[in-house]
Amino acid sequence: MEEILKEDSKDLKLKRIKMHSNGYIFRFAIIMVIAVAVILTATATLLKPFQDDNKNTEKMQDVVKAAFANNDDIEITVSNTQELYEKYIYKELLINPVTGEIVSEYSDNKQVTGEVRAFDVKLKDELEKQKNGEEAAFPLFIAKKDGEEIYVIPLYGKGLWGPIWGNVALASDMQTVVGAIFDHKAETPGLGAEITDEDIFQNQFIGKKIFDDEGNFTSITVIKGGVANQSAISEEHGVDAISGGTITSVFVSDMLHDCLTNYVEFIKKNK
Amino acid sequence: MAKEREPLFSEKNKKLLTIPLGKENPITVQVLGICSALAITVKLEPSVVMAISVMAVMAVGNVVISILGKSIPTRIRIIVQLVVIATLVILVDMVLKAFAYDVSKQLSVFVGLIITNCIIMGRFEAFAMTNKPWPSFLDGLGNAFGYGWILIVVGFFRELLGSGTLWGYQVMPDSFYQAGYVDNGFMMLPPMALIVVGVIIWIQRSRNKELIEN
Repeated sequence: MEEILKEDSKDLKLKRIKMHSNGYIFRFAIIMVIAVAVILTATATLLKPFQDDNKNTEKMQDVVKAAFANNDDIEITVSNTQELYEKYIYKELLINPVTGEIVSEYSDNKQVTGEVRAFDVKLKDELEKQKNGEEAAFPLFIAKKDGEEIYVIPLYGKGLWGPIWGNVALASDMQTVVGAIFDHKAETPGLGAEITDEDIFQNQFIGKKIFDDEGNFTSITVIKGGVANQSAISEEHGVDAISGGTITSVFVSDMLHDCLTNYVEFIKKNK
Repeated sequence: MAKEREPLFSEKNKKLLTIPLGKENPITVQVLGICSALAITVKLEPSVVMAISVMAVMAVGNVVISILGKSIPTRIRIIVQLVVIATLVILVDMVLKAFAYDVSKQLSVFVGLIITNCIIMGRFEAFAMTNKPWPSFLDGLGNAFGYGWILIVVGFFRELLGSGTLWGYQVMPDSFYQAGYVDNGFMMLPPMALIVVGVIIWIQRSRNKELIEN
């Protein structure tokens, strides 16, 4: 009996060694990796159009949300975003930051001047170009409701752990903020990530001004310790930072300054 | 003599489905997968989506591992298991991004972190490696259900008491708020998930004396 068992285990051992030789392991690994790669690539390609669609809808939603942050009549949902966008955003412009000239204009579903539609421009790429000293053009979305124009300026910058972005909407005087929304890739939950909170952060921007009385560009600064408790920046140019989210708050200030400054020439020309 | 075929839902197979719901529940008894249970149960909807995602990964993964079974070289079997999990999780993530974008944003990194959910790897190693595809499938489903129902219960209470809504719809009547009722903000924080899970464990143990350790 014992002998048979011994024989058996020897047999098994041999089999296992044979089956799992190094060559076999390598073959197995290679086939597995290739199979996985094919499956993932195929799915990614197949689902790409749906994902892009979602991203576009989100972008539209962000623009509309910023424009009507102060407006309770308009309810924005995923399904009506496209409709709202087409109804209210009547002009998309690309603006040269140095001269303030309009590089491209898109309205009524038609390209009026220029070649690129502002909606398709990636702000990140333009900022990159600007940094490298190349010519860049920045998108501006203009909404119209009840005869009043609202200017929506997209923002993009770096945060603490990853990129942050958003939109600032200016009233027809081109200096008073009527809405601001922010989003982020990877800020710390509960701290920096609170920049997405409407009540405690984003709504503070409403009514703030990006120019001072003499018409100089001031941007809007996010201030640690509360706007009311300091004297360096007047109340209409600052908002309270988020407790515990100091670094993200500083980056939001930087982003606002770096992005808004590109529209100063355009605003001075058209005011 | 032909071996009699085991019926699809024999007693043994049924047990594979039901035991993980209670007596061997991955969360309340084995205390696995707690991290995701805390993070994504603030609202009901992400809890349900997470439960379904884990279910898909686990059931399919268990079947794949069980089919590969003995052909998996033992020396690299952990890597193979990880590759299978990672592939399935990425697939789930891509599908969510395409068809449930809002939820996928809420779940954010936690879909990716299904990869590190030790329940899945545990089942691959303990069950699927040595069992046939059908029982493995049931075992995967059962364990995912066991994980999922806890998530859903926790999500239900946290959303109801924390924001007064269910699946995003308000269920607490306005008259409650007018009478001075206030949503419990503490419910939104992770510690409360732990306490809710603790309460579930308490109820479960007081009903089933077998689970009480000496």
